[in-house]
Amino acid sequence: MIYGNEEDKDMHIISILVENHPGVLSRISGLFSRRAYNIDSLSVGTCETPDCSRITIVTHADEATFQQIQSQLRKLVEVIEITGLCKGNAVTREHVLVKVRADNLAGVMQLCEIYRANIVDISRETITAELTGSPQKISAFIDLMSDHELVELVRTGLTGLLRG
Amino acid sequence: MKLTGSDILIEALLEQGVDTIFGYPGGSILNIYDSLYKYSDKIRHILTAHEQGASHAADGYARSTGKVGVVFATSGPGATNLVTGIATAQMDSVPMVAITCNVATNMLGKDTFQEVDIVGVTMPITKHGFLIKKPEDIAPTIRRAFKIAKSDCPGVVLVDITKDATANMAEYEKQIPEKVDNKYIKSEAACIETACRMISESERPLIYAGGGIITSNASDELKTFQKLADAPVTLSLMGLGAFPADDPAYTGMIGMHGSKTTARCVRDCDLLIAIGARFSDRVICNPKSFARNAKIIHIDIDAAEIGKNIMPHHSIQGDAGAVLTEINKMLKQQKHSEWLEQVSKWKSEYPVGNPSGGTITPQEAIETIYEKTDGDAIICTDVGQHQMWTAQFYKFNKPRHFLSSGGLGTMGYGLGAAIGAKVANPDKTVVNIAGDGCFHMNMNELSTAAKQELPVIEVVMNNNVLGMVRQWQRLFYGKRFSHTTLDKKTDYEKVAEGLGAQAFTVRTKEEMERAFDAALAAKDKPTLINCIIDKDMNVLPMVPGGQSIEEPIMEIKIDDAE
Repeated sequence: MIYGNEEDKDMHIISILVENHPGVLSRISGLFSRRAYNIDSLSVGTCETPDCSRITIVTHADEATFQQIQSQLRKLVEVIEITGLCKGNAVTREHVLVKVRADNLAGVMQLCEIYRANIVDISRETITAELTGSPQKISAFIDLMSDHELVELVRTGLTGLLRG
Repeated sequence: MKLTGSDILIEALLEQGVDTIFGYPGGSILNIYDSLYKYSDKIRHILTAHEQGASHAADGYARSTGKVGVVFATSGPGATNLVTGIATAQMDSVPMVAITCNVATNMLGKDTFQEVDIVGVTMPITKHGFLIKKPEDIAPTIRRAFKIAKSDCPGVVLVDITKDATANMAEYEKQIPEKVDNKYIKSEAACIETACRMISESERPLIYAGGGIITSNASDELKTFQKLADAPVTLSLMGLGAFPADDPAYTGMIGMHGSKTTARCVRDCDLLIAIGARFSDRVICNPKSFARNAKIIHIDIDAAEIGKNIMPHHSIQGDAGAVLTEINKMLKQQKHSEWLEQVSKWKSEYPVGNPSGGTITPQEAIETIYEKTDGDAIICTDVGQHQMWTAQFYKFNKPRHFLSSGGLGTMGYGLGAAIGAKVANPDKTVVNIAGDGCFHMNMNELSTAAKQELPVIEVVMNNNVLGMVRQWQRLFYGKRFSHTTLDKKTDYEKVAEGLGAQAFTVRTKEEMERAFDAALAAKDKPTLINCIIDKDMNVLPMVPGGQSIEEPIMEIKIDDAE
C-alpha cells in the first residue's frame, strides 16, 4: 500500500494544469528527480481545454518541502495553475485492473460484487476485474483478490478535481 | 514579407536589439550562417575557438552589460559543447539565449549524423527550451525566448531549430518588442512595514546582499538603504561590486572564504537582511549555526529561494530595487554607532592578507592590477584559489565589474567571459585572472582575442598545482596530493605568442608592474602574464565545508618534508 493512510500528514496531492506540449511531462518529472522530491504516483491526461493537460501528482514531503515543490513548479514556463487537493476540497479517484487465476471463479465474482468491481475479461485461466475508488478501497480490494493468486495488476495512480 | 526561416531569425534578433553574437558554424546551422553573411553590416559575429568559449563570451557580454547574451552553435557536438556555458549562466541567473540548429524534421529521432536532443539534454540547466520545426514559429518563439530570459529571475533559454525550418519560407512582420517589467513587488504592502519595523527594532542589523542587486541595477538603492539603516554590509561572491568595497561599512565577503569580520558580524547581529541573495551552501556553510542570534528577513524576486536553504522570519518577494525603494521611503533614519564601531574594530583586528616576501604573492599581484587599473577594470576569473584571492583583494566598487562563475564553479570560464566583456565594453580594461590549471582548459580562446584584436589581459597565477584542491588535500586528505601537481612542460610565453598574444613571465612585484604596463599599452592584441607564485599559498580565512562560519581557519601550517 503506497498511500493508504488518510491521516498521513506528509502526503500531498497536487493538480497541475499545463500547456500540452511535447516534453512537458519530462520537464515536470525531471524537476522532481533533480531536486530529490519523491513521486508516489503521477497521472496525466487531456482536460477541458484542448491545448492543456491536467497532471495529478501524489507526493510525500514535509510542509517546507511541499512549499518548495509548489514554488519550483510555478517557475516552469508551461505550468499554468497549481492546486493542492485534499479530502475536504476535492474528489479523488484511482482506477485499477487486477488479473487473477480463474480457479475459483465464484469466489472472485463474489468479491467483485461486494466491491462493485466489473469483470472486464475472462478466459479459462484468468479473470480481469476493474475498480474505481479511493486508494484505500483499491488497496483493500487488491489485498483480498490476491487470495486468488494474483497474475498482474495495474493502478493508474490518483487523479482528482476540486469540488464545486 | 516572405522570408526564409534563417532571415526571420536574424530579423527577430534585430528586433530585440541584438548586435553581437558569439558562435561557431556547422552543417545544420549553415542556413543561418548564410543569413549572417547577408546581415553582416547589422550584426557582429565573433567566431570563437570552441563553442564553450562562445557560451562563456555570451555570458560575459550579458553580465557586463545586463543585456541578453546570444550564442549560436550547430547540432550535435556543437550544441553539447554549449552545455557547460549554459549551466554556468543559468546557475548565476545570467540572461542568455542559446540558439542551436538540429537536423531536418524528417531526420529527427533517427540518430542522424550530428543529431542530439539538445532541448532534452539542457532541460535541467535552462530556464526553458524550445524546439522549432516550422519557419512561421521562429519569430514568435524568439520573442518569447528573450522575454523569458529577461523576466523575473533571469536565466538561459535554449532555442533549437530544425534545418528545414531555417530553409523554408514564411511570412514575417516586424514587431516592437514587449517591455519586460521586472520592477515588481509580489508581497503585500504590509510586508514592507513589517520589515521596516523589524529594522527599527534591531540594535545590530547586518545587510547581506547578493547578485540580485546587480541584476536589478539597485546599487544606489542599496547605498541609500545602508545609510538609512546605518548597518554594516557584506556581499556574496555574486554580489561583489553591488556595494563599494572601500566603504567603511563594508565588512568584506561572506562565506567559506569570507572575512573574519563578516563572520563576527553574522555571529553577533540580531537582524540579518538578505537582499537578492540565496543563502548558498558556500555562504552559510552550516545552516543550523548560521546567524543563530539573528532574525532573518529575506528579500528575493524568486519565491522558490525563500525558505529553500534558510527559513527566514520574514520575507518579501519582489525585485531588489523595487523593494528597497519602498523600504527607503518608509524607514526612519537609524543609528547604530556602537555596532559600527565594533565592526571597524574587527576590521583592523582581522585584516585579510598574505605575508609578502621577495617573490610576488597573489595579493601583491592583484593589488598591482587594482592600482594599475584604478579599480575600474572589468575583472573576470576562472575558478579556484585565484578566484577567491581576486574576490578578497581587488576592491570592487561598481556593479558589473566582477565576472565569475559563482554557482557552478566553472574552471575555464574566465577567458571567454573576458572576450565577451571586452566586445561589449571596448573602452574598458578587461582582465581575466586565471590559475594555471584553468588556463590549460580554455587557453585556445587567446586565439580568438588575438584575431579580434581584443587587448584582454590574461593573468595566470601560476603555482604549478591545482591550488584549491591541494589546499583541501593538505587539510583533509593527509597531504596526499593526488593528481594536483601539474608539472606541465608548457612554455607559457611560446604558447601565448603562438596564439597571437604578447607574453611575459613575472616573479616579482616590479616585473608584474612592468608587464602590466606593457599589457595596458597593447591596443590591438591580448597579453598573457605568467605570474609565478608559491604553490603553498592558501586561501584564508577558510571555513571547512559544513562547519560554522563563526570560527574560520586563519592559518594553515606548511610543514611538508618534500
